[in-house]
Amino acid sequence: MSGEARRTTVKTRTDPQEQEQEQEQEQEQVTGTGTAPAAEVIGALGIQPAAVEVHDVHKWYGAHHVLDGVELTVRPGEVTVVLGPSGSGKSTLLRVINHLEKPEIGHVSLNGELIGVRRHGERLKELGERVILGQRSRIGFVFQNFNLFPHLTVLDNVAAAPVATGKLSRPEARQLARDLLARVGLADKSSAYPRQLSGGQQQRVAIARALALRPGVILFDEPTSALDPELVGEVLAVIKDLARSGTTLVIVTHEIGFAREIADRVVFMDGGRIVEQGPPAQVLDHPQQERTRDFLSKVL
Amino acid sequence: MSQSPGAAVSSGSAPPAEAIPRPDVPAAPKPLAAQRVLPLRRPGRWIITAVVLVLVAQIAHGLVTNPFYQWDRFQYWFLRPTILDGLLITLEVAFYSAVLGLLGGILLALARLSPSPVLRAVSWVYTWLFRSVPLIVVLLFLYNFSALYRTLSVGVPFGPAFFTFDESRIATDMAIAVIGLSLNEAAYASEVVRGGILSVDQGQHEAASALGLPKRYQFAKIVFPQALRSITPNYVNQLIGLIKGTSLVFYVSLLDLFGSVQSMGSTYPGDIVPLLLVATAWYLILTSVVSVIQFYVERYYSRGALRTLPPTPLQKVRNGLREVRARVRRETAI
Repeated sequence: MSGEARRTTVKTRTDPQEQEQEQEQEQEQVTGTGTAPAAEVIGALGIQPAAVEVHDVHKWYGAHHVLDGVELTVRPGEVTVVLGPSGSGKSTLLRVINHLEKPEIGHVSLNGELIGVRRHGERLKELGERVILGQRSRIGFVFQNFNLFPHLTVLDNVAAAPVATGKLSRPEARQLARDLLARVGLADKSSAYPRQLSGGQQQRVAIARALALRPGVILFDEPTSALDPELVGEVLAVIKDLARSGTTLVIVTHEIGFAREIADRVVFMDGGRIVEQGPPAQVLDHPQQERTRDFLSKVL
Repeated sequence: MSQSPGAAVSSGSAPPAEAIPRPDVPAAPKPLAAQRVLPLRRPGRWIITAVVLVLVAQIAHGLVTNPFYQWDRFQYWFLRPTILDGLLITLEVAFYSAVLGLLGGILLALARLSPSPVLRAVSWVYTWLFRSVPLIVVLLFLYNFSALYRTLSVGVPFGPAFFTFDESRIATDMAIAVIGLSLNEAAYASEVVRGGILSVDQGQHEAASALGLPKRYQFAKIVFPQALRSITPNYVNQLIGLIKGTSLVFYVSLLDLFGSVQSMGSTYPGDIVPLLLVATAWYLILTSVVSVIQFYVERYYSRGALRTLPPTPLQKVRNGLREVRARVRRETAI
């Protein structure tokens, strides 16, 4: 029974998807010019921007259908901003992408490689914990509440993961951490502990920590929602810098102005589904769906 | 009328109040803002303090002058080799049981938090059993079943003590004591450790696994060090209980501190009170040493959790002196 229901949702989605593809092609011409000089910056960091595909993902919390057949394609270097009311499944979508949450149906892939599962004949089989952890180290994640490790210094927060995952030696990792901290404007804070920093500074450290693994894509889960209005700007500036450098970013946020400024594509979610997506000029200024218009009229 | 409060405020903000003489206010007393606020007198507090001081002095006087305590005999016994041998055994038993108990407790806590229902159930039953049975019963059980011990030992996860099993009679008693105390200690420690792990924010687990940190690293370097902050005070509490609990090993014929006091007491019945005082003094010393260690361990693990670390006793003394000096300077200035 549920299988039939699913199939119908997939069918209804195919039509808007074709529209999207046309939109994406238009959009590529717009962004294409900006990426050329930025590629060097990423080269310096050693980051290869990756593509993310979310295919027909369903997720339930008990009886609550949190993700209801989400379909999303993010091309390498693209900046995608996810908007939507709270409880619409935005954060869950991000957490499914790096497999912090396991989808019940559907799958996610990074550059064509399945995340958290492998193909087993006609079915998908869960991967071992160690493999999943390895995959996660290629997906950066920035939390709303920073979640820095309070017992480690800022430098160790950034340098820990590359060492623990065996990617770099300790001195290499510390050097990289210093470079990254300089890049987010916190070179002088490397020996401080996270609780001694302001929220904005903590979030910038968290971004440096995510960058230390040279991830192909970075996911931001409401990165400025826990910050004083005054401190939002410094974090957005760092994200903007990353966006310009051509890293693949997926950002859940409530900052509409910021979305308009940096997004290549805006995705609007409600009730666990993607209601509408397209370039910011279209979704934010000329929304097609009633629900999107309603949301934007309240937020803007 | 309206002038005087205004004058007080303005003189507060401009430091040299006397420098600007006002001809229309002749020979005014010091402006209000420049004067020291008189603290509230609390006579009740002084009376209670005096009463308590008198009581404390009485107790101290009694302790010193009452011949019942026989302080000369206390002095005689305090560093006797028999007592020190007993103390050594107390320390050994307490040390091994504390280490094995904590290790067992960590394993039990991990089992209790594991996704496997079997591990969870086993851990729960173990904790339930050993928290329910009095330690003395466990010890006597082990003592009386020491003939069966070899076969029993195979499944019990506390290793090192077994190597001493086949040796002299003392070593065997020691093994029984350590095993008994460890079994008991592990049950309590598991709850202490579990509480500590649960006190670590869920976001820390998520951040660690989002970074792809290996599972063992997540526990050893991220979660456990943070858990230790709340484990330490609780485990030290447990440890002090354990040190006193070692006095029960006397019943499995091991002459610990309490045991040697008991045996000396039966040989010299007149000295029972000073001997008990000797035991009291040594247990006090052990607990004090543990408390001092606790302070520094806690201080170490609160790095990052507090913006400023609590001062060490030495720093407290120094800060106190500085405070007194500052106050003296203030008083003389006013």
